[in-house]
Amino acid sequence: MINIDIKKPLFGVEGVMNLDINIDINKNEFIIISGNSGSGKTTLLRCLSGLEECSGKIKVNNILWQDETNKIKVQKRDIGFVFQSDALFMNMNVLNNLLYVNNDKNLALRLLDMTNMNSFQKTMPSNLSGGQKQRVSICRALMKKPNILLLDEPFSALDNDIKSKLYTELLQIHNEFNLTTIMVSHDLNEIYTLASRHIKLYNGIIIKDENLAELLNNIKSDDQILLDAKILKIINKNNQEYAIVNINNKFINIKIKNKKYKLGENLKIISDELFI
Amino acid sequence: MIELITNLDFTPFLLSFKLASITTIILFVLCLPLAWYLANTKSKLKPYIETITALPLVLPPSVLGFYILISLSSNSPFGSYLDEVFDIQLAFTFNGLVIASIFYSLPFMVQPLQNGFESLNKNMIESSYIAGKSVLTTIFKVALPNIKPALLTALVITFAHTIGEFGVVLMVGGSIEGQTKVASIAIYELSEGMDYTNAHIYSAFMLIISFIVLLSVYMFNAKEKQKLAGLK
Repeated sequence: MINIDIKKPLFGVEGVMNLDINIDINKNEFIIISGNSGSGKTTLLRCLSGLEECSGKIKVNNILWQDETNKIKVQKRDIGFVFQSDALFMNMNVLNNLLYVNNDKNLALRLLDMTNMNSFQKTMPSNLSGGQKQRVSICRALMKKPNILLLDEPFSALDNDIKSKLYTELLQIHNEFNLTTIMVSHDLNEIYTLASRHIKLYNGIIIKDENLAELLNNIKSDDQILLDAKILKIINKNNQEYAIVNINNKFINIKIKNKKYKLGENLKIISDELFI
Repeated sequence: MIELITNLDFTPFLLSFKLASITTIILFVLCLPLAWYLANTKSKLKPYIETITALPLVLPPSVLGFYILISLSSNSPFGSYLDEVFDIQLAFTFNGLVIASIFYSLPFMVQPLQNGFESLNKNMIESSYIAGKSVLTTIFKVALPNIKPALLTALVITFAHTIGEFGVVLMVGGSIEGQTKVASIAIYELSEGMDYTNAHIYSAFMLIISFIVLLSVYMFNAKEKQKLAGLK
């Protein structure tokens, strides 16, 4: 169990505000923290890890990490951290990046195997792609065998195919290592795919704290779905107007009936069939 | 020509290299923590410390030499304390030259190191702390290997700058054969004495060494940049 009750002044785009967080996190939860830019998401992770100073109390499994008088150093906190940008040690190859944290080669090879990075053991970070770098970062964060894994928008710079693969690997790691994972993300797909709990921040305070398992269970079944679409082009064939629309980056030709539409107009398209 | 070179007195060169080596080693030890502090601190004192360390860049060597000479002489409180308590005289000695060189070459060690540390990805350094490593381990295992060009620049430029030192050396050390008469002083005296042949040989020797040293630094740095960009 993690108990966080911290305060810290933040200098955001809207001036000075206060990060004021009071939450309890259960063991093995997968929490995703979302919120607008400057709302304090990253600061919360950095305070929890000890990389930034804040006032208040942090207690993890009944061990006091900090209060007003004492503070456990970042080096002593039981966490792994994956940064948004690649933060690998550029002077070490992939395997040495892991062994620098903990000289346990079996664990390093097991982690590299889980993330399909075994064949890159001797590769230098500068020769890895963005997705590969983040895989190694996740492996390195786990070399300390932490109970808590913190991730600060780790997949924000990656394309969708790579993201999907990494979701599966991260969930596998979360379950296999019995982790409590706290991740910052804006991506709704990530929130619903990975998280068991979603916390939303606004200007430093929690405005939403929802259990996603319950939320997903309560989604109503419907025989119709609404799709967001945008008109890209209107063409005329044999006196019949057709609109080329973009639905989630797929382009579809739709016959226009009895109505005038404009280029760039946003539409809601009703579909009564869903194929998986 | 060969006879001229074999008859040449290399003592001033050896003295210059000895002075430069000792100064570089001492400055590296002193400046490593200072540069790390300056690169990471948010203290209001930072600009003041940076100004003090950069002063030797703009001060005329004679001004710096004058103050160092005054401070080290037996008439000053510091000089007389060393003289009376430890029987150490620093003015016009090799040890005095080392102290003067440390002040004179300080910015050439601090600034490249500080710039190198400031250019490091902060998340990389923080990852080392999160991995449980101390500041010292982080500096030696992560920071320094990732600023090799800056490190080499600091070491080589400090060494080369100390070898080329003239004004401060003359003020603090004078020209005592085998003790404080370094290569730059020897060249000055040879040209003053109109011995242009030997002055040419000494100067050419200094020119060639300086060129080779600087060329090696630039070639190494170009190679490191390529490595960092993943081209090699």
